[in-house]
Amino acid sequence: MSVKILSEKCIGCQTCIDSCPYGAIVMKDDKAVLTEACTFCGACESSCPASAIVVEREKTEEAQDISAYKGVWVFIEHRDGRIRNVSLELVGEGRKLAQELGEELSAVLIGDNVAEMSKELFASGADNVYLVEGSAFHNYSTDAYSIAFTYLIRKYLPSVILLGATNDGRDLGPRVSARLKTGLTADCTNLSIDPETRLVAWTRPAFGGNIMATIFCPDNRPQMGTVRPKVFKKPVPDYNRTGKIIREELAINEKDIRTKLIDVVKVCTFSCNLEDAEIIVSGGRGLGKPEGFRMVEELAQVLKGTVGSSRAAVDAGWMPYPHQVGQTGKTVAPKIYIACGISGAIQHLAGMQTSDVIIAINKDPDAPIFKVATYGIVGDVYEVVPALTAKFREILQ
Amino acid sequence: MEIVVCVKQVPDTTEVKIDPVTNTLVREGVPSIVNPFDKYALEMALQLRDKHGGKVTVISMGPPQAVAALRECIAMGADEAVLLSDRAFAGSDTLATSYTLSQAVRKMGNVDLVICGKQAIDGDTAQVGPEMAEHLGIGQLTYVSTIEFDGEKLIAHREQDEGYDVIEAKAPLVVTIIKLAMDPRLPTVKGTAKAYRMEVPVWTAADIAIDPKLAGLEGSPTLVKRIFTPERRGKGEIIQGDSKEAVDALVDKLRQAKIL
Amino acid sequence: MNFTVSPENEGIRKMVREFAEKKLAPTIVERDEKELFDRSIFDEMGKLGLMGLPYPEKYGGGGMDFVAYAIAIEEISRVDASTSIGMSVHTSLCSWPIYKYGTEEQKQKYLVPLAQGIKLGAFGLTEPNAGTDVGNASTFAVKEGDSYLITGTKVFNTNGGEAEVEVVFTKTNKEAGLKGMSAFIVEKGSPGLSFGKKETKMGIRAAVQREVIMVNAKTPASNILGKEGDGFRIAMTTLDGGRIGIAAQAVGIAQGALDHAIKYAKQRVQFGKPIATQQGISFMLANMATKVEAARLMTYRAAFNKSNDLPYSKEAAMAKLFASDVAMSVTTDAVQVFGGYGYSREYPVERLMRDAKITQIYEGTSEAMRMVIAGSILR
Repeated sequence: MSVKILSEKCIGCQTCIDSCPYGAIVMKDDKAVLTEACTFCGACESSCPASAIVVEREKTEEAQDISAYKGVWVFIEHRDGRIRNVSLELVGEGRKLAQELGEELSAVLIGDNVAEMSKELFASGADNVYLVEGSAFHNYSTDAYSIAFTYLIRKYLPSVILLGATNDGRDLGPRVSARLKTGLTADCTNLSIDPETRLVAWTRPAFGGNIMATIFCPDNRPQMGTVRPKVFKKPVPDYNRTGKIIREELAINEKDIRTKLIDVVKVCTFSCNLEDAEIIVSGGRGLGKPEGFRMVEELAQVLKGTVGSSRAAVDAGWMPYPHQVGQTGKTVAPKIYIACGISGAIQHLAGMQTSDVIIAINKDPDAPIFKVATYGIVGDVYEVVPALTAKFREILQ
Repeated sequence: MEIVVCVKQVPDTTEVKIDPVTNTLVREGVPSIVNPFDKYALEMALQLRDKHGGKVTVISMGPPQAVAALRECIAMGADEAVLLSDRAFAGSDTLATSYTLSQAVRKMGNVDLVICGKQAIDGDTAQVGPEMAEHLGIGQLTYVSTIEFDGEKLIAHREQDEGYDVIEAKAPLVVTIIKLAMDPRLPTVKGTAKAYRMEVPVWTAADIAIDPKLAGLEGSPTLVKRIFTPERRGKGEIIQGDSKEAVDALVDKLRQAKIL
Repeated sequence: MNFTVSPENEGIRKMVREFAEKKLAPTIVERDEKELFDRSIFDEMGKLGLMGLPYPEKYGGGGMDFVAYAIAIEEISRVDASTSIGMSVHTSLCSWPIYKYGTEEQKQKYLVPLAQGIKLGAFGLTEPNAGTDVGNASTFAVKEGDSYLITGTKVFNTNGGEAEVEVVFTKTNKEAGLKGMSAFIVEKGSPGLSFGKKETKMGIRAAVQREVIMVNAKTPASNILGKEGDGFRIAMTTLDGGRIGIAAQAVGIAQGALDHAIKYAKQRVQFGKPIATQQGISFMLANMATKVEAARLMTYRAAFNKSNDLPYSKEAAMAKLFASDVAMSVTTDAVQVFGGYGYSREYPVERLMRDAKITQIYEGTSEAMRMVIAGSILR
């Protein structure tokens, strides 16, 4: 790997200086030159308008170079001091992939004062934890995290990387894969190892869930993918398991951070972490009025579930947007999805039809929601839902 | 403010049907639309322009008929449009697509914001925006619902599971947009007249200095191995009886199926 | 021969369809049911540029042709014929005579805000005893100084009471018959101008028709269109063009009913299969579609002629005569396809059938159309 600045092509515009995460480019005689601080990360290459920066990479197309990449990695997301469920689910699934490949499973833990979380990761199946700590990583930041993550990948050459298909995972994944010029498959719902090629077969829905596609990344490494929450089970932790912590010190230059988090605002009156929910109770236009959601919330509370909403109910101002399930809202796949007064427009179905069990309550027997429902009750939501709440309360006590 | 909005012409997935006999996707007769999230991106761009001045240019990579999507954007109020169309772009995955779009943005020069919809409803990958930011070597803000601009920096709301993060950043940036609080504006007669009278420039690979190794199929690390139709859910069961009976029967069934 | 609608005009169709589906469709059932006239719809149409489509941009218009205008009326009527009649009267009957016969000052003062949709227009010709028999009008204007004082009553006045600008036809010379008629631009708020009751109607119930009552209504002499005695010619040429709007409205209503009927026939299962597979239904749909297509071609032809300064009086009358009959028969058949549900107000086709009837009546009845056509071919 090497980086060269072709001085005959350099136009002295200084664009590359800002692009370098390591401050390794300086101006000399109106031309850009590299200093010893250069890590050959290649971030400057694309910044040059004159194509004067040439990054020579090992030909990744060649098999021997691909073979240098080993191991399955999981990027660990955490918020408020806790590892997110999807990350643990991926550690569980990553364990299986690693076993099948006969390679190690490692977790990538980037944060501020997060070393403690390693225990949970070892217990869930990780062999190694790559740990990068520092105040720059206190909150998720695209720039800080992508610098650290890319650094680790370039140094340790993993073969497979899994990230959660959360807003942050889908922010970081493509940033990193583009920097590494490798393939990323979004929003997977199934992973396996192709027996013939030993490649990861990434399977994902497309066309609003109407078709599935299986995707390979044959010639580039690492093979990267984001995986939807709730697709895999969280492993049962075994706290006797241990592993190796590989700590990397990395200084982040303040000026490389181009976006600054200044506040975190929670707007959900009732939890709306829909992607992580085991049970979702959703309401739609059929509730007739915003107050109907009190009843929906009550049922959700009894079931320790989360409240969802159809687009119609959000558009009517009955529920805030973070609750919206469907094509222009969230895609969810809980164990149980209860649709109360939702007709089941295809936009809504696209966001929930992969739920394990769908229970639909609607007064219109021809409502399309009944086409995807596992169980349907035709009736007045204002009778059925309270009856259901009472019944569940009784049996769950 | 110089703004580029990236749009994609997509099949209206709400009109996609499954052939009940062959269990395959019926694509014939499915109308092409501007990706709904891209319309929100355009609305955001037009609002910023209306408030702070500047120009909104829409770009799209696609076959010649994708010009219809660009005309629709002009009808809504975009100032200029460019279609990126070349056989060399065929077979692009998100990495090759984002590279190609970035080359076009680079050619335009002096762009403050590149705004994209958070994802396209056919592919649902949400990758092109962040990948463009990387190709362009600029910052990114994803899942954005509001942007305030004070003449120097932008304050954006970025969607999170239970609310939103407030983030400050400076142009140039790539921003991806979720559904906004308001509907995208409707096209006007004036815009429509302009849209259909104008010649939409078409840029080929040569126009934007495309490295063939990085574009199209060759520049795409991922490969679609297989496409299949997911197993349809079996027709569900309608539980009969009045509310009380139906609820009791439902709970029994959930227990029998060991769901509870 | 070229039967292709220009890409630009197909763009207008797409644009107006989106407007109609998003802004009119969600509320038309309620507006029809409660007989609500919603001015904000016209305000929004003005902002989009739909209230002055066929007029030059220098007069605040869209700079499009009359085919574009017919397409726009058609697309709005497909969803909401009440809104399309308001638009048609405003554009064809109020704005057009000002555009065609007005002075530059009149155009600047009245046509510009009309075309921009800032003001709404109306057209006052019909009287209790002067419908088809225009010459029997009794409204009279006398000149007094630099004003005219107009006295008389106009009925079934579309946009009446809501419109800021109205083109009113009166006699200025009782002895001169049709040659004694004149046209005036009358502004809402003029002294002596008031409005009577709102009509309750079979269809187009979200449109407003009122009586316009003038008792020495004072209008500046400068508001006369053309000169004294030009009124009948202005009225007739204006109505010739207006009929293109009504023909387009009829085509739109029929197309709306046909679309609903096709969709329903594919969904509705009887005897184990969709009723669309029954020949009785499929042939009915085929006939409906054929009629709509023929009506559309006649309408576009008249609009094309008008845009290209070719004769269009006979063509417009034929288009209106034919298209309004098509609207009536196609909507009636659509109700039939829907069966009992078609008769129910839960479904839209009964409304379209109620709306269709008026197209055979206003801006010249079907009988008046035959008079125009006969007059033209027997000349």
